[in-house]
Amino acid sequence: MIKKVSKHIVQNEPLLFEQSSPGKWGYQLPPLDVPPVDAAAALGKENVRAEIEDFPEVSEFEALRHFTRLSTWNYAIDLGLYPLGSCTMKYNPRVNELVARTEGLAWAHPYQPEALAQGCMEVVAALERALEEITGMAAVTLQPAAGAHGEFTGILMMRALLETRGNARKKILVPDSAHGTNPATATMVGYSVENIKSNSRGMVDLEALERAVTGDVAGLMITNPNTVGVFEENIRRICGLLHDKGALVYMDGANMNALVSVARPGDFGIDVMHLNLHKTFSTPHGGGGPGAGAVAVGEVLKPYLPGPRLKRAGDKWAWNYDLPDSIGRVRAFYGNFGVLVRALAYVMAHGGNGLRQATLDALLNANYLRALLDPYYEIAYKAPSMHECVFSDDRQAKKGVRTGDIAKRLIDYGFHPYTVSFPLIVRGALMIEPTETESKQELDLFADAMISIAQEVDENPELVKRAPHMTRTPRVDEVRAARQPIVRWKRPQ
Amino acid sequence: MLAKIGAASQEDLVSYLPADVRFSGTLQIDDGKSEFEIVDYFKAAASRNANGYASFLGAGVYNHYRPVLVDTVVSRGEFLTSYTPYQAEISQGTLTSIFEFQTMVCQLTGMDVANASMYDGSSAVPEAAMMAVRVTRRDRVLIARTVHPEYREVLATYTRHQGIPVEEIAYAKNGRVDLEDLKKKLTDEVAAVIVQTPNFFGLLEQVKEIAALVQSKGALLVVVFTEAVALGLIEPPREADIVVGELQSFAISPSYGGPYAGIIATREKYIRQIPGRLVGETVDADGKRAYCLTLATREQHIRREKATSNICTNQALLALMATVFMTVYGKQGLRDLAEQNLAKAHYLAGKLALMFDAPFFNEFVVRTNGRTPEQINSELLEKKIVGGLPLGRFYPELKDAMLLCATEMSRRQDMETVAAGFRA
Repeated sequence: MIKKVSKHIVQNEPLLFEQSSPGKWGYQLPPLDVPPVDAAAALGKENVRAEIEDFPEVSEFEALRHFTRLSTWNYAIDLGLYPLGSCTMKYNPRVNELVARTEGLAWAHPYQPEALAQGCMEVVAALERALEEITGMAAVTLQPAAGAHGEFTGILMMRALLETRGNARKKILVPDSAHGTNPATATMVGYSVENIKSNSRGMVDLEALERAVTGDVAGLMITNPNTVGVFEENIRRICGLLHDKGALVYMDGANMNALVSVARPGDFGIDVMHLNLHKTFSTPHGGGGPGAGAVAVGEVLKPYLPGPRLKRAGDKWAWNYDLPDSIGRVRAFYGNFGVLVRALAYVMAHGGNGLRQATLDALLNANYLRALLDPYYEIAYKAPSMHECVFSDDRQAKKGVRTGDIAKRLIDYGFHPYTVSFPLIVRGALMIEPTETESKQELDLFADAMISIAQEVDENPELVKRAPHMTRTPRVDEVRAARQPIVRWKRPQ
Repeated sequence: MLAKIGAASQEDLVSYLPADVRFSGTLQIDDGKSEFEIVDYFKAAASRNANGYASFLGAGVYNHYRPVLVDTVVSRGEFLTSYTPYQAEISQGTLTSIFEFQTMVCQLTGMDVANASMYDGSSAVPEAAMMAVRVTRRDRVLIARTVHPEYREVLATYTRHQGIPVEEIAYAKNGRVDLEDLKKKLTDEVAAVIVQTPNFFGLLEQVKEIAALVQSKGALLVVVFTEAVALGLIEPPREADIVVGELQSFAISPSYGGPYAGIIATREKYIRQIPGRLVGETVDADGKRAYCLTLATREQHIRREKATSNICTNQALLALMATVFMTVYGKQGLRDLAEQNLAKAHYLAGKLALMFDAPFFNEFVVRTNGRTPEQINSELLEKKIVGGLPLGRFYPELKDAMLLCATEMSRRQDMETVAAGFRA
């Protein structure tokens, strides 16, 4: 039975370009306090455009209504559980939004004199310190813009270190359960990729790994807990295996929400890792970004961090550009500062003890869901779950219903689907991560929905296969979109 | 809940982890703080920054007014707290707004297709270079010295290990790309030539002439912009093969360097080589127009090590800010805004000694005539004005020059003070 949602009226809305009327605009400039300049005279006639063809022309209120109407077509964490595995969709505290807009921070120009940017630099330094403590690593850079950007930064540093040792080596090992960004990143740093099989418990197969670690291997990219939500219990041995051969270990920290204050990568042998501040540290996903991909390194990689780096000059902060071994910049300026402000606010609100409680609550919620769903769905691996649990659609597939169908039916029950068909090593994966910010009531509603769908699969599989039925937009034809790509509006001929 | 799991306490959920990996200490992080204390902390931090100063800094980050509607829209939880729109049926709001964004980026730049956003302008530059290498199957890249210096540094970091040699093109006496130097370096191995307009000195490059040269040699022309407001007035780089740029000017606060929103746009024929996410139009099961992410076979989650890029998270919410900004100003408003910028910059420039003789938009390089830019700036600071960017840091040969920017937010009275500061 559907308990969480009811149908309601939704506004239709054309594209901006379809509702434009010539001469409308939504904002008025103050009168010019200097003489106007003739553009053609100043720039050359050939350099001045006649107009911006088909650019929107609507009033301020029409603009507001347009975007408000569009917004009502979205699902969001603010509406309910958003259990995307490995995405850590937790509550985005609104005080973080407020402090990121503090005037002296939001309007700070990256080139304003350092003496007039001490507040910004202090925020960066405070977050670096907190993340060093949480990861147990020697140093942190906040320059990378997102997780994949952090991976790129980390693998570049590994390569730089190996080069100074005389051999950059050729290969990066990646478990077959890894995020797609890992192999894509290794390629961008000039490495070939070798996949390592997982064992029957969903963990890296030690024997396969041992065989693969040759003198050609620059390092291993490992996710821990891995993408089936299981802690790699041999992580110390794995790191030892790589280190013995002069290789390094990169940790994808996408699942760090399971480890904060429970285990520290720096303590168990990791050389370099990234944190997704938009996952573990609660900064909003914003429909796809922005994120921030802080990278933490052990002592051995410190000289290679991207520059500039903060340094203390007397009682002031200063940017240090004199970094002879640095890999260089991975982006302009100092990072996604506005995201860093939000992440620091999150750390401050929790404090050391609160962070540990948040981790334990995330584990509790995931294991509670696992226990409730276990009788109805096939758990992919028996090993204990941390912050997420992964099922396969084996039982439902017998009725011709796949994980993607169950996901679409969940929408009718008022929930965003879990992560579908990932990791690739689980046939028909359902990857569920509730995070610590969900109440027992919301979890129970979600479990009820999943159980009800399992019954529907038995009794009326077609109902599930044609879902969603309740949404403004029924199933979308993705094949057609790719076959004849239309990626912009054009005025009808 | 614990009973259902079969655990006695929450600690049981981690007690099975190997003892030698469990963290037994306490994090050295202060106790949790209340909302009030957190707000107070950041207010105090902000008070140690510049407050109440007029600023004439540009150099890739611009002070433009942010219409109130922008934060009103992006603060809606439905936009703020949603994930990447993989589930099209419950993400039509985000998908539709990105489709509009992609359209407006094309209209602004004169290109056929644009993606859903890049991290920022700087990281979009190497992505364009890598794309050109894939398209042309050549490997050399030329980049003008008049491209933002930090963008060039980022390109160097990205290309170092991909077998893509990068060479810089000098600028001529007039501060624009030296066409003779370009001709000399433009060999048959060159995949891409990267120029910026308005360039780092604020000057308009000769895009048509450069395009003809570059394309006659079978290379792709990549045009970069950092000041998007200029596109309200100047002819877009229609001859380019790839356009990348930064939309910070469109209602994204300077925020000490980020988060911003990068763009990449190109010609229709290169659509399958573009990195990152794309939203496409299609129909739903009722035959009605709908949108979804498309051409995902270019992307890392499908193609893994063979993907066009490793980019996953992008800058969707910032792209939405820019979309709302473009909507609020609209066709005429954006032009009026650009004309105000032009007028203010030319007013200030008229009172100073310009280094270069070429058309400029809202930034320009000024000679400091015997004094150092730092001296002038420190005197201006006493009058509550942040002056321009001393150029010696990036261009040793320009150590007696400063890059100044004026926008619609620059007041005439402050511009008089700056002008007087140079005369003092």
